[in-house]
Amino acid sequence: MPSPSRLAGLLRDGHFVVTAELSASNSADPEATWRRAEVLRGSVDAINCTDNTGAHVHISSLAAAHLLVEKGLEPIMQLTVRDRNRLALQADLLGAASLGVRNLVLMSGDDVTAGDHPEARRIYDIDSMQFLEVAAGMRDRGLYLSGRKLEQAPSFFIGAVENPFAPPLDFRPLRLQKKLRAGADFIQTQLVFDVPIFARFMAMVADLGLLDKAFVIPSIGVPRSARGARYMKEKVPGLHVPDALVDRLEKTAPARQADEGVQIAVELVRAVREIRGVAGVHLIGIKWEEGVVQVAEAAGLLPRPTLSPLATVGGRG
Amino acid sequence: MSVTERLVLAVEKPLKEAIWGCRMCGQCILHSTGLNCPMRCPKNLRNGPCGGVRADGNCEVYPDKRCVWVDAWEGSRRLPLWRDHIEQLQKPVDWQLQGTSSWINLVNRRDRVAPRGWEPDAES
Repeated sequence: MPSPSRLAGLLRDGHFVVTAELSASNSADPEATWRRAEVLRGSVDAINCTDNTGAHVHISSLAAAHLLVEKGLEPIMQLTVRDRNRLALQADLLGAASLGVRNLVLMSGDDVTAGDHPEARRIYDIDSMQFLEVAAGMRDRGLYLSGRKLEQAPSFFIGAVENPFAPPLDFRPLRLQKKLRAGADFIQTQLVFDVPIFARFMAMVADLGLLDKAFVIPSIGVPRSARGARYMKEKVPGLHVPDALVDRLEKTAPARQADEGVQIAVELVRAVREIRGVAGVHLIGIKWEEGVVQVAEAAGLLPRPTLSPLATVGGRG
Repeated sequence: MSVTERLVLAVEKPLKEAIWGCRMCGQCILHSTGLNCPMRCPKNLRNGPCGGVRADGNCEVYPDKRCVWVDAWEGSRRLPLWRDHIEQLQKPVDWQLQGTSSWINLVNRRDRVAPRGWEPDAES
C-alpha cells in the first residue's frame, strides 16, 4: 500500500526520521512563514505547524501547512481540541486534506490560561483521544462522527503526543497504547531533557508490545540561552528540565551559550537514538530554525534520505 | 422533565456532588476513572490526563489543585472490579445530557448512545 506521506514512507522503510517545529508567524505576509521554513529545507523530513502554541495566537496551522505544501515542503499539521468543537475540527481536517496536508498531530493543547488570552472560553468539546478516533474514522471508514458519509475519504498519517515526564508516570505508556488503539500511527513526545526517565518510559512501551505498532519520535529542544532554559524549567507546564542542564548553560559565557545549546541537543539526539524503539527525532529550536539545522548537521543526520515519488500518494484528494 | 426524573435528581444530584464532586454530565463513567469525576478536569478529558500535569501531580490550570487524573489513576489501582476500565476508550460527551439523571440514563441505556460514526467496538 502506498504511504500517505513522505514521512510515513520513510518511517515504514525504517529510516531514522528528522522533523522540526516551525515557529508560527504573526504576519499576514506568507513570506514570513516561507522564510523560516526555507531554513529547514533539506535538513528535515517534515515540518510541524503549531496550533496556537502555548495558547498564544499565531497564524493557523492549516494555513501555514498549506503554505509549506505550496513550496514543496512537507508539513505536519498540529490541531488542538482547545479552540474548536467537533464540527470545526472535522471541517479543518477535511479542508487540510483537500489542500494536500497528509501528516497530522492531534492533541489537547496548552490551556488558555497559559497564553495571551487567559480570559478566553476553552472548548474541549471532545478530547484528544476521541479526536484521534474521529480522524481515523474519516480516513478508514469515510464517515464523519455523525455517521454521514464523506464523498472521498482523506488519506492521513495520524500523529499524537505523549508526555513521558508528567504524572502519573506509570499511566503514560497505557495512555500511549490507548492513543494507538484510537488511531495514532506515530507519536511525538514532549521535550526530552532527562534521558533516563525517557528510557524507562520506552522500556514500559516495549513491555506493552507497542514498538511495532507505532513510531515514537522524541522531541529534542535546542536551548539558545541559559535564560531560555530557565524559563522552560520554571514556566512551561509539563516540561521537565534537570538542574544540571540549566547550570551547564549558566556557567557558559553568554556569547557561547547558543553553541553550548546546540552541543547539548546533539548529545541528547545521540542518547535517545540508542534507545530501542526510537524512530527519529523532532527538533525544536524556539524561533531558531538555524539552531535546528546546526544540530542536524553536527549529530550526523544529514543528508536526509530521498524517497521515490512513486512510494507516496501523489496530488490532492 | 418528568416528576420521576425530578425525584431521582433530588437524590442523585446532592449525593454525587457531595461524594464525587459530580458535574452532572448525565453519562457517568466513574467506574472507569477510579471513582473520580472526570468533568472536574478543566479540559473535560474523559480518557486520561493531559500533558500539562505538574511534577507534584497538580493541575496545569489550577496549580493548587490535584490533577483529577492523577487521583483517577491511583484510585483505579485500588478498585477490585473495574481496575482496567481506565484503559477503555470513552466516547465523546453527549452535551444534550448535561444536567439530566445519569441513573435514569443508565437504566434506559440512553447513556450508551454514541454518534453513528463512532467505532462501535471501540466503545466501552
